[in-house]
Amino acid sequence: MERLVSFESHHDHDLNLKATELRLGLPGSDEPEKQTTSSVRSNKRSSTKISQESNTNNSSVSDDHEDCAPPSKAQVVGWPPIRSYRKNTLQAKNKSEREVGGAGIYVKVSVDGAPYLRKIDLKVYKCYPELLEALENMFKLTIGYSGSDYAPTYQDKDGDWMLVGDVPFHMFITSCKRLRIMKGSEPRGLGSCVGQDMKV
Amino acid sequence: MLKRMSYSSFPEDVLEHVFSFVQSDKDRNAISLVCKSWFEIERWCRRRIFVGNCYAVSPRMVIRRFPDVRSVELKGKPHFADFNLVPEGWGGHVYPWIYAMATGYPCLEEIRLKRMVVTDETLELIAKSFKNFKVLVLSSCEGFSTHGLAAIAANCRNLRELDLRESEVEDLSGNWLSHFPDTCTSLVALNIACVGSEVSFSALERLVGRSPCLRTLRLNRAVPLDKLANLLRRAPQLTELGTGAYSSDLRPEALSNLAGAFSGCKELKGMSGFWDVVPAYLPAIYPVCSGLTSLNLSYASIQSPDLIKLVSQCQNLQRLWVLDYIEDSGLEALAASCKDLQELRVFPSEPFGVEPNVSLTEQGLVCVSEGCPKLESVLYFCRRFSNDALVTIARNRPNMTRFRLCIIEPRTPDYLTHQPLDTGFGAIVENCKYLRRLSLSGLLTDLVFEYIGTYAKKLEMLSVAFAGESDLGLHHVLSGCEGLRKLEIRDCPFGDKALLANAAKLETMRSLWMSSCLVSLEACKLLGQKMPRLNVEVIDERGPLDSRPKSFPVEKLYIYRSVAGPRFDMPGFVWNMDEDSALRLS
Repeated sequence: MERLVSFESHHDHDLNLKATELRLGLPGSDEPEKQTTSSVRSNKRSSTKISQESNTNNSSVSDDHEDCAPPSKAQVVGWPPIRSYRKNTLQAKNKSEREVGGAGIYVKVSVDGAPYLRKIDLKVYKCYPELLEALENMFKLTIGYSGSDYAPTYQDKDGDWMLVGDVPFHMFITSCKRLRIMKGSEPRGLGSCVGQDMKV
Repeated sequence: MLKRMSYSSFPEDVLEHVFSFVQSDKDRNAISLVCKSWFEIERWCRRRIFVGNCYAVSPRMVIRRFPDVRSVELKGKPHFADFNLVPEGWGGHVYPWIYAMATGYPCLEEIRLKRMVVTDETLELIAKSFKNFKVLVLSSCEGFSTHGLAAIAANCRNLRELDLRESEVEDLSGNWLSHFPDTCTSLVALNIACVGSEVSFSALERLVGRSPCLRTLRLNRAVPLDKLANLLRRAPQLTELGTGAYSSDLRPEALSNLAGAFSGCKELKGMSGFWDVVPAYLPAIYPVCSGLTSLNLSYASIQSPDLIKLVSQCQNLQRLWVLDYIEDSGLEALAASCKDLQELRVFPSEPFGVEPNVSLTEQGLVCVSEGCPKLESVLYFCRRFSNDALVTIARNRPNMTRFRLCIIEPRTPDYLTHQPLDTGFGAIVENCKYLRRLSLSGLLTDLVFEYIGTYAKKLEMLSVAFAGESDLGLHHVLSGCEGLRKLEIRDCPFGDKALLANAAKLETMRSLWMSSCLVSLEACKLLGQKMPRLNVEVIDERGPLDSRPKSFPVEKLYIYRSVAGPRFDMPGFVWNMDEDSALRLS
């Protein structure tokens, strides 16, 4: 929770502060999103709950995170059973009409020094703090911009490596092709002054 | 006096010649069991092997038994990996196989891989190890980049097929295609549809131009439509074509130019691609429609009227993949025009939309099942279904062999009666006696599994999601389905009892996947200890297994038979439940 507070205090930051406000709707929508999670569906609750908890790409689905919007139907991992390349194709087509909360965007995440890559669905996160927290949980490390060795970077559509947090979140998720959590002095070389502002 | 036939008096080369007519793996395996000498002869002359699970056997064991193989097919990750249920890093690395075969099979000509991790290093090893290498098919693979492809292009002098279907390729440079030397003229099939970036078009043109045997060409989206006509004119002998992006600024001469190029392709049987379709350019393919047997329009967001115009001209169509824009009306037209249709796949245009965006219901599929007597393979995404419709389809098409229905919202009941869809699917398995593959959806109780266990005797693969009520459901399937090879289950309330009671069954199957079910860690350990020829793998990304009570359900469970023992490449979130590993856990 402290993380959220510190982000909020930098008003002129590009981090799309609206996303961190306590509200029921997804960013961009004015009214609360319809509660469509399958958890309300039947008394056969246990397996859905397990499915939500085992959705390891998404740390915000579980009930403790009340500061984020309730998950919409799209958050069930791997359902409906369609290949990612089909989803990404449809995504490009429907870009103009879809509201946030449509098809997932899967990107690879690598951490310097870790033996395996992970994939996450960027659509699942509403704001930078959520994304960073999920990454920290996934890789068991602290991602900070000062006082930590790790900094989150991403490769955008043009192939350039940028520090995460430079652009508004909704722009970030559409242009991010992959994520790399860099260790050591490299990230400072990316030249963004964001590093100093985003205290964890 | 009857002379007893003595097998050993038959000269070996006669037997070998006879065996060469037997190509099916099952029959070859049967031959090898007749007697020791047949086993020996057969193993020396087996040229093609298929390993459905790369962890079921070790490369060393394979090479030892079959010393002179020319064609290898391997599969890695479980099917649910296609839907992101298998975490990255799980496994399926092909390198150890290639490394072993580089010395074991220097004459290897063909490698076909599905759902495996293939690195550039692997591709480079292939390129330099097999002097007579001809065929590389990478289906749904990942881990390599265009650098690896460049190595293959540059070094495989007699390459016939390079097929990257649905693989993930890291785009580092479009120039890899230029690495095919000018002396390479042997290409028969090239599928680069999944490659994201632009390839050097002039290199592509020249390659196509010097490949007189080229029959299959699947371009990627980056190849613009205005270049297609020239390519087609260089390869009028094509039988399979995947277009690139099918959109362009509307120019009448461009349209007639393209139509002219298509008219020249008199042997075209299959088409795919069609990204970003502009309907006005569709008439360009009308000249070839009547010859088409296979059409993949699953990326084409064109509406029903245009689709109807198109399919009505494809009277010889046997396979159609299409988006749900076709709607019930389009499927009605399909049923009327395409009497040879064998396979239909309808994909959702808006899989995450809450409300239906198109008028595609169970009626469309019922229509096709009525009008197309040869229909035997179905994949259908829609938002509502009824038991009546399923019963009708089952009665219309007792010849159905593959039936996959995906009602998009989990646990949706019959929209007419609000009942579970048990009866409907029951009718499918009861009527379709040759059913080999089935995927269930909608609201389903344990009853549907009782039907499946009772009737689905030829069923080989079953996919289940958000269904059932108790362990009895799983028990029905495991105890009843005699031919079951692959079972994949997610989000069902199946637990320990059925699994442990049917442990022996698991050794007769290739694999079982269960995720978000109710199988406890304890049961997994017990199974792993009891069954040494099964690899019981628990996949759990929540941390060390002993940090939770033993009765806690595991996240994901993958069980497969193996003669190779526990694998060596398990990442930190995968645990093998055999005796040694289990001791380490407690």
